[in-house]
Amino acid sequence: MSTRLPLRSTLALAGLRSVNRASRVLRLGQGTVAGGRVALRIDPQLVRRMSAQRRIVLVSGTNGKTTTTALVVAALGGATTNATGSNMSAGIVAALASDKRALTVLEVDEAYLATVADATQPEVIVLLNLSRDQLDRAAEVRVLADKWRTTLHNTSATIVANCADPLVVYGAVAQMDSKVVWCDVGSSWTLDARSCPQCTEPLNPEGTWRCECGFAKPHPDFVLGDTLAGPVASVDLQVSLPGAFNRSNAALAVVAASLLGVPLQLAADRVSAIRDVAGRFTLRQRDGKTFRLMLAKNPAGVSALIGLVAGGSDLVVSINDLIADGADPSWLYDAPFDELRGSTVWCTGERALDLAARLEYDDVTARVVAVEDLAGRISTTKPVDVIANYTAFAAWLEATTPC
Amino acid sequence: MLKIAVLYPELLGTYGDGGNALVLASRARRRGIEVEVVQVALDETIPDANILLLGGGEDGPQRQATYGLANDDTLAKRVNDGAVLLAVCAGFQLIGTSYEVEGGLHVDGLGLVDAVTTRGPKRRVGDLLTRVGNRWMVGFENHGGETELGPDEVPLGVVESGTGNGRFASNARYVDGVRHGSIFGTYAHGPVLAQNPWLADELLTLAVGRPLEPLTSIADELHRSRVREVGGFPDDPVDY
Repeated sequence: MSTRLPLRSTLALAGLRSVNRASRVLRLGQGTVAGGRVALRIDPQLVRRMSAQRRIVLVSGTNGKTTTTALVVAALGGATTNATGSNMSAGIVAALASDKRALTVLEVDEAYLATVADATQPEVIVLLNLSRDQLDRAAEVRVLADKWRTTLHNTSATIVANCADPLVVYGAVAQMDSKVVWCDVGSSWTLDARSCPQCTEPLNPEGTWRCECGFAKPHPDFVLGDTLAGPVASVDLQVSLPGAFNRSNAALAVVAASLLGVPLQLAADRVSAIRDVAGRFTLRQRDGKTFRLMLAKNPAGVSALIGLVAGGSDLVVSINDLIADGADPSWLYDAPFDELRGSTVWCTGERALDLAARLEYDDVTARVVAVEDLAGRISTTKPVDVIANYTAFAAWLEATTPC
Repeated sequence: MLKIAVLYPELLGTYGDGGNALVLASRARRRGIEVEVVQVALDETIPDANILLLGGGEDGPQRQATYGLANDDTLAKRVNDGAVLLAVCAGFQLIGTSYEVEGGLHVDGLGLVDAVTTRGPKRRVGDLLTRVGNRWMVGFENHGGETELGPDEVPLGVVESGTGNGRFASNARYVDGVRHGSIFGTYAHGPVLAQNPWLADELLTLAVGRPLEPLTSIADELHRSRVREVGGFPDDPVDY
């Protein structure tokens, strides 16, 4: 990019680079957020300035942001991105400073969508899903859906939205329908949409849902079935990442890339090559045992993964309660852990006892264990699935090596 | 047969509230008591259950639930007939005289207890530890309301850590919730019985009308560990 930035921005970027270098050298962090904070202090308009002349896609929603962002990048054949999942302003500044490619795909925290959309003026906004997540530090889902609705009212972006999720529809529908590409990619989680987002009357959010107040599922432009069927043609979509939820993420990524000019089938083929994202779904080793690492940090996330892991003899679930995880593990009772009956669940993390007590109440065999002792306690030689929430997942990545 | 009714889970079930029914049912079944758990939707009549559960919810759904419950006096009748009612967070607010929602609107509650909820200066989010008789109750609160109990009402617990109902001139110190006959109200939201197996057993004992056999569960250890972490108090509150 040949954009001339004002002196203040140049200074801000110099500050960012030196702080991030120091952060990485001192092993204080991944070297993205600290520098971004310094730079934003020097030039609060930095995101806006650095976004000019880029073609930007924003990806937001409760679950699947990091994966879908990676899938959009792949579908585009490469782009600037915040691949480390640093999805608030500081992380976004760092991403923009690190890469000059004009095509840019950014995952955005669902509560920051307004701020980031205003500063970056995106061409496309992908809205995945909304569900309960870390209520101790984040807003309730209806508040978020309302915020989206207000934000998106004025956007010039084309919105790619999952119309199977009533809360997403509520957030996206306020503006003219012509600017929304509705994609029916299904939803595995409906517990947060059992009352109408518009009028609060009870709603049955299955199939072609409709409330008496008139709020209803829009007619989809794309439908994900055996193929991804669009208004003009259907494309074959083979997804290497496991799970129906990743197939939904992939479909939205393909549609988003097509809006930036990538032919649908080419986008679909590129997406199918992705096998893991940021360590998720990869096989890793620790103390001679093989583990498959998966991240879930809220009920919808666990619900989506449980279908993949149910039926195995042993399973590890790691629950922490640091700031990034949320201090309140009440949500464990909203996740369908009863489906794990028959498996032995090894409980680790700061809130292993909360998890074990919850599993016991659903007659699931639960064992609290220190993570160092795991390998000695598990007898199977097959890969063991690990479901971990945010910081617990990071600890697992740190403590394991690739196979 | 012990019947547990979860009232309006589609409206009052923001954060793990279904856990209370699971805990009660499991602790009863493991003692050989037959249990039926029913979910009651907004347009359904409240069944003749031994234990009724009201959960937490956002402003809109809370109001919707209140209107639904205020349609007739079935809930009051059930409670007068001896049903045990556990009302947490938004559920606790709506069984009071009135409560205030965002925008300053005051909504009439069901008046099962004499309690007026107003919006406090800030949202209270964090661990909540209270003394209930000679027991510790530990939970998590996340609410913007402050609730003043009428002169004849007794709180469920005295706050050791956290906020609970908030502080009013009429209280010497912070208190949480309400205990009125077979009604238990608290700001400890979601699955409060999960971390407090003794409270689950107290509700069950009241509901079945006879003492229960002791029961060992992982939750006992969880309770001790949470009380230690939140309050730094001795393990056994009975001797405290």
